[in-house]
Amino acid sequence: MERPEAEVLGASDSCQAGEAEPGTGPAEEEPGGGAAGTMMEDCLSKKIEITVSEAEKRTGRNAMNMQETYTAYLIETRAVESQTEGQCSPPDSLWRRYSEFELLRNYLLVNYPHIVVPPLPEKRAEFVWHKLSADNMDPDFVERRRIGLENFLIRVASHPIICQDKIFYSFLTQEGGWKEMVNETGFQLKADSRLKALNATFRVKNPDKRFTELKHYSDELQSVISHLLRVRARVADRLYGVYKVHGNYGRVFSEWSAIEKEMGDGLQSAGHHMDVYAASIDDILEEEEHYADQLKEYLFYAEALRAVCRKHELMQYDLEMAAQDLASKKQQCEELATGTLRTFSLKGMTSKLFGQETPEQREGKIKVLEEQIHEGEEQLKSKNVEGREFVKSAWTDIERFKEQKNQDLKEALINYAVMQISMCKKGIQVWTNAKECFSKM
Amino acid sequence: IPLIPTSPSSMINQYKFEDEPELRDLFITVDDPESHITAIETFITYRVVTKTSRGEFDSSEYEVRRRYQDFLWLKSRLEEAHPTLIIPPLPEKFIMKGMVERFSDEFIETRRKALHKFLNRIAEHPTLAFNEDFKIFLTAQTWELSTHKKQGPGLFSRMGQTVRAVASSVRGGGVKNRPDMFTDINDYMETFNQKINLLDKISQRIYKEERGYYCEMKEYGPIHTLWCASEEDLVDSLKGVASCIDKCCKATENRMAGLSENLLPVLHEYVLYSEILTGVLKRRDQIQAELDSKVDALSNKKAEKDLLTEEIGNLEDKVECANNALKADWDRWKQNMQHDMKTAFLNVAENNIHYYEQCLATWESFLTSQTVDLHLGEDSEDKP
Repeated sequence: MERPEAEVLGASDSCQAGEAEPGTGPAEEEPGGGAAGTMMEDCLSKKIEITVSEAEKRTGRNAMNMQETYTAYLIETRAVESQTEGQCSPPDSLWRRYSEFELLRNYLLVNYPHIVVPPLPEKRAEFVWHKLSADNMDPDFVERRRIGLENFLIRVASHPIICQDKIFYSFLTQEGGWKEMVNETGFQLKADSRLKALNATFRVKNPDKRFTELKHYSDELQSVISHLLRVRARVADRLYGVYKVHGNYGRVFSEWSAIEKEMGDGLQSAGHHMDVYAASIDDILEEEEHYADQLKEYLFYAEALRAVCRKHELMQYDLEMAAQDLASKKQQCEELATGTLRTFSLKGMTSKLFGQETPEQREGKIKVLEEQIHEGEEQLKSKNVEGREFVKSAWTDIERFKEQKNQDLKEALINYAVMQISMCKKGIQVWTNAKECFSKM
Repeated sequence: IPLIPTSPSSMINQYKFEDEPELRDLFITVDDPESHITAIETFITYRVVTKTSRGEFDSSEYEVRRRYQDFLWLKSRLEEAHPTLIIPPLPEKFIMKGMVERFSDEFIETRRKALHKFLNRIAEHPTLAFNEDFKIFLTAQTWELSTHKKQGPGLFSRMGQTVRAVASSVRGGGVKNRPDMFTDINDYMETFNQKINLLDKISQRIYKEERGYYCEMKEYGPIHTLWCASEEDLVDSLKGVASCIDKCCKATENRMAGLSENLLPVLHEYVLYSEILTGVLKRRDQIQAELDSKVDALSNKKAEKDLLTEEIGNLEDKVECANNALKADWDRWKQNMQHDMKTAFLNVAENNIHYYEQCLATWESFLTSQTVDLHLGEDSEDKP
């Protein structure tokens, strides 16, 4: 009997990126394909303005009825059209805490595995230098988190696919019962187990090469940005030291000027400028923290990239296992039909020992196997299609992500230069003033 | 016997030697440290070169080698001869900080510069420059100096006298009749001493922080270059940033060098000066105390009246000389100090301005190169 060999999706089967239409997922199909511009026009971000405008400390009781302190963030939404018409209608608003943002993101991760889901700002302060507190309640940390959360919402709202998600929309607009709504979708059950994913990563034989490369890329991205952030924190620490120690000049010059007749005035006023110099570093370094946050976002994006790769590996492994299973069943069937024993099997041995089965029994087995094979072939076909669709849509989003990343990082580096320039100009100003005072000594 | 100018106006001319080089007729350099190893000890000698047009010197050029001990000897001879003049400070025997080893290059270079300063300060001094021991120090060959050293009153006997003198002044001698002027100087020096020590510590700390910053920046720049390897589209930007950081690094190096070559040695010299001045004031008090005790003795012992009167007369002259010498030298020192501090801090300000200007230029040129080819997209509202 001849049976067509089942197709197994391999690397060569991957579609060319770029010509793909946006893929299908649990969301509806995107109306217009093509240029990113037209896609963006349908994005939520064009229709409503989203801000996370405030942060507030709250106390409440947690799941175990213990008192806890947490921060709540105010999300404000306002229709864009109402602005342009000259009406400044008050925004709709509701309060959410960090854990709800996490819930939203986990939901998106499970339901849109082919999308590089924007990351949340860090849970705990990392890459701190000595001045920054690692305390989550620290006002500077809360402020930077507020900005990070706003950025997250805008990113999701600007994404052509996930911006249409109803749970996301409810997150922005429906204060009560949202958590229940999310949990009712049962997304937690859909999530792939970590163990399964790890197993697949190790055992998959033929993943799409582009995903393997992407995994390496995301590892490198994570490693280099971590290193950069670590050293940047140390640089900030030292810079802080240089500026602040100059502040001591201010105090001593002032005390010294008391005993000097001719030099007194010059010393005193120079001392004042040293104080100004020392104080200027606080603003400078706070601005730099925002730059660090921009880099951190891409540090966390690396993990989002890896999640997409993992999903592909899982699907590919699943496919390979299904194909393997199908092949083995076909072989069994063939052996039973032809009576040859090509592979060692316990059944074969026992039948040799205890006598062969009756033709009726054999017929029965063959029938069962044929049914299973038919089912298996159908399943393999749909798995193949799924796998191909996934690769296509994932790769589209990855290309979109790459564009975004290049633009963002380039801008971030330019911003960094702008900050340095501002710092240098301030330095020149202060020391020119100080020089004038010294010349009057 | 050389003429000792005592009028303040001539001294004011002398201190401005840097601005009017034609007035200088004595040029001294200290360089070329060399290690000498004998069976007993290891020591360093420095080459001392003197160029002069002064009549008292037989030749116009001299080259000798001197070790630290010789400088110590010279200083103590000057202190003996001129107890109320402000003798410039010598660098310390050794640094206890533990960071610099006794014979490290850094230590030797710091010491060499300080020794150079020491001799030049003496050369500028209206009185000390004409001291006989100073001349011998500059001109005698090593064996000649050895012989000469052995002739004068023992170093140790003098030291003993000084110790007793200081002890007696501590017990309250000389302070009761001290002229107001010297009390004022004393008060001034108390505060100055505090402040100069603080400034010295602060400046050392700034140097340390700048060095730390430099080290971190050295690691910071190359990470951007490393990042280029995985980002095709960002190579220009990343390389640009790396290059800017490296240039700022070099600028920091220059700023640090400015500190270590100008401000730090000057502040440290004045820390030492401040100790010296305390000693000079004490010695003046001690000379006064000698007079006061004889005057007291006169009012008690009617017997040796004539002898005491004569002694008192001599001591009164001695006190007057000492006071005048100190007053003149104090004014001169004060002028020098103001000038040195002003110059040193002006230099710091200029170095910092230069540093920031260099950094500004490098970042501005990077920015220009980037904004020329940046395409400003319409997706700008997505950005944080």
